[in-house]
Amino acid sequence: MFLAALAGIIITMILLLTRAIVGPTVYDRILAINVFGTKTVLFVSVLGFFNGRPEFLDLALTYALINFIGTIAVLKFMQYGDLGWAGSEGEDSDV
Amino acid sequence: MRYLLGLLVGLAILWLVLSGHYAPMFLAFGLGSCLFTVWLCHRLGSIDAEGVPVDLLPRLPGYMLWLLWQILKANVDVAARILRPGRHISPTMITLTAHQRTPLGQAVFANSVTLTPGTITVGLTDGQAEVHALSEAGSHDLDGGVIDQRVRALESRVRHLSSAGS
Amino acid sequence: MIWFINSLSWALLVVGAMTCVIGGFGMLRMPDFYTRTHAASIADTGGMLLIMFALMLQAGLTLITVKLVLIVLFLMITSPTASHALARAALHDDVKPRLNHDKRMGASGSANDRHDPS
Repeated sequence: MFLAALAGIIITMILLLTRAIVGPTVYDRILAINVFGTKTVLFVSVLGFFNGRPEFLDLALTYALINFIGTIAVLKFMQYGDLGWAGSEGEDSDV
Repeated sequence: MRYLLGLLVGLAILWLVLSGHYAPMFLAFGLGSCLFTVWLCHRLGSIDAEGVPVDLLPRLPGYMLWLLWQILKANVDVAARILRPGRHISPTMITLTAHQRTPLGQAVFANSVTLTPGTITVGLTDGQAEVHALSEAGSHDLDGGVIDQRVRALESRVRHLSSAGS
Repeated sequence: MIWFINSLSWALLVVGAMTCVIGGFGMLRMPDFYTRTHAASIADTGGMLLIMFALMLQAGLTLITVKLVLIVLFLMITSPTASHALARAALHDDVKPRLNHDKRMGASGSANDRHDPS
C-alpha cells in the first residue's frame, strides 16, 4: 500500500514538472515547484515508513522548512532583484 | 514576561520532541540553544503578544478541528470541479471586511481563507481582504462570514499591542 | 481492532495519493494562474493531511506521531503564506485574473474577458 501511495506521489510530481516546464508565466513555475517541494516532504515521509525507518521524518521536517524559505527567497529575488534589501524602507518600493 | 516564558517553554518542548536524546550533556546543549534563541528574539524585539501568540492557545485546538473539517469539505468541492468534464468554474474576485480587532487575528483570518481550497487571499490592507474564489458559490460562503466570526472568537483573549505589557 | 486501524490507514493513504494526483491534474487543466493556485492547494492541504493522518495511524502513539503532527503544523502555517505571497506578487506584476464575476470594491461590474474560450 505504501507503494501505491509512492506511485501516486510520483505521478503528481510528473504532472507538476510538466506545468513547471510549460507554465506560461514565471509564477506558474514557482507555484509548481512549491507544490513539488510539499510532495517531496510527503514522499520522504512515506518512503521512511516503507523502508521501516521512520527516522526519515527529520529530513522531511527540515525539507518542509527549507522549501518555504526557498520559495520566499525566489519571490523576493524576483521582485527586488536582491536578497539583502529589507524592502520596507519606503524609498523606491514598487509594491 | 509571560511572552518570554511562553517562548522559552515552547522552544524547550520543541527541542525535547525533536531530539530524542536525553543524556545530561545533550540536555545542557538544548537549554543553551533555547536561551540563545530567546536572547536573539529579545534583541529583535519580536517578543510580544504578536510574536508569541500564547493567548490563542486555549481556543486553538477547537478552531483547528473546525478548520480541518472545512478544509475537507472544500477539498471535495474543488476536486469535483476539477474532475467533471466541461467548465464548472466561475472565478470571482471579492472584497471582504476582516472584522478582527488585532493584526494577528486578521492574519489568522487571511491564512485560514487561503488554506481552504477554492479561495485565496491576494491582498490584505486596512482590514479589507481581496479574495480570489474558484466559484461564485465559494465566494457566497465567504460572504456569510463564518470564518470571520470563528477567528473573532479565537482572538478574543489577545490583548491589543498598544495596551499589552510583557 | 488492529485490523480495522490498518485498513483505515491504507484507505486514507490511497485516497490521499489520489487527491494529490487530482491536484496535479488540476494544475494542468485550469485555465490561468489564479485558478491553478486552487488546484495546488488541493494537493497541498487535502492530499498532505490524508497521507499524514494515514501515517499517524500506522505509527500509533509514539514520538513519530508527534513529529508527524509537527510537520503537518509547519506545512499548514507555511503553505498558505507561500501561496499568498505568490498570488500577491503575481497581482502586482500585472498577471490579470480571468474573472466571471468581479465583486471587488471599485470594480466596474463584470470583468473584461468573461467570454474566454476554455
